[in-house]
Amino acid sequence: MITLTPKNKMAALLCSIVFLNLSLFALGGEVKNADNTKQNRIEIKDFAFNPQKITVKSGEKITWINHDEEPHTVVSVGKKFQRSSGLDTDQEFSIIAGAPGTYEYFCSVHPKMTGTIVVEK
Amino acid sequence: MPDYISHDHEHDGIDRRGFLQCMAWAGTGLLWTISGGVLASRTLAEIAKAGGSLPAATDLSFLQISDSHIGFNKEANKDVTETFKIALDRINAMPTPPAFLIHTGDITQLSKPEEFDTFDQVLKSCRTKDVFYVPGEHDVLNDGGKLYRDRYLKSVEAKGSGWYSFNKNGVHFIGLVNVVNLQAGGLGQLGDEQLEWLEADVKDLGSSTPIVVFAHIPLWAVYPQWGWGTSDSEQALGYLKRFGSLTVLNGHIHQVLQKVEGNVTFHTAMSTAFPQPAPGTAPSPGPMKVPAEQLRSLLGLTNVQYKQGKSALAVVDSNLS
Repeated sequence: MITLTPKNKMAALLCSIVFLNLSLFALGGEVKNADNTKQNRIEIKDFAFNPQKITVKSGEKITWINHDEEPHTVVSVGKKFQRSSGLDTDQEFSIIAGAPGTYEYFCSVHPKMTGTIVVEK
Repeated sequence: MPDYISHDHEHDGIDRRGFLQCMAWAGTGLLWTISGGVLASRTLAEIAKAGGSLPAATDLSFLQISDSHIGFNKEANKDVTETFKIALDRINAMPTPPAFLIHTGDITQLSKPEEFDTFDQVLKSCRTKDVFYVPGEHDVLNDGGKLYRDRYLKSVEAKGSGWYSFNKNGVHFIGLVNVVNLQAGGLGQLGDEQLEWLEADVKDLGSSTPIVVFAHIPLWAVYPQWGWGTSDSEQALGYLKRFGSLTVLNGHIHQVLQKVEGNVTFHTAMSTAFPQPAPGTAPSPGPMKVPAEQLRSLLGLTNVQYKQGKSALAVVDSNLS
């Protein structure tokens, strides 16, 4: 059995923080910009938005990047935020999250592709 | 193998040999049902090899080309302009030129003016000058199709987002648009306004009038999980079911699939740009990479022949290899 001393407790804590940050980075979704503001990335791959649902704070930036060889768009259901143009491979599109609420969006080229943004205060 | 129907016991335009040929035309595609109404065939390669012309009894011959995706430059085909040129060369090599071409959409990859320009420039080399278009979703990416409509609907009386009809040699042709105003989570869509127009368009036609409908996304449920279908196509087909011969030509899926239901023949064409996977055989329906030496065997065009008095039109695919 491993007993945690204050010293290795600290090491475990540091490890878990490092691991947590790496996990977040690897999964996409939430990462920090250089200025420590939160960045929200949505990867487009295999005709899907990943993560399909994302929760952000009002005022945060959300960026989509298209990894497919097929163009995709980001279009708000009900035109609640500005739509993207057709995104070619590796092209990005960003918006700043506005008023709190739930925003549905889809790809107007492949409407089976849908996503949700939840904006909190 | 003969190119005509030799045993037609049911007087439905199909015999066993014709059925097998029909399956052969479908290539690697799927043939779901056969209950009547097919066809005589002759591939472009066979016609060229024989040095002859199209059968004398043919009253109308036209070609379908599709999904040229000018501007695409990824691994699946780094030179789609070249393969489009090869397709046009094949058309120019036909002893008897087709009366006209139908392009079933995705002229461009990203709806860019320079992509449309390249397409138009290359098309000038085609001996057949009359071309009828319907848009693909790649042609209406950023402006709802305005640029497309300004360029490609000059010779027709188009309505709404660009649908229209015309008559040739007693055949009624209908070009439908199912790639605009698509809804989240949905499929291709025609919309109420277009459906109303369609109903009125065919209202006064006799039931013996052969009908050819063309649109980009299949008007049958090829594989809805990948968006390969049109949500309100059943309603459209309902207006057309009384006709003795209905041929439905689509693109979008970059491969030949054929289904025959009663008097209705559904058919999808190959692309001139790149193949896509068979339904459900890949994580997504994106461009399919194949060895370079195989590419042209998976690209192609479709020849359609109409003979007066025959119940169905002959729909024949040939590849670019």
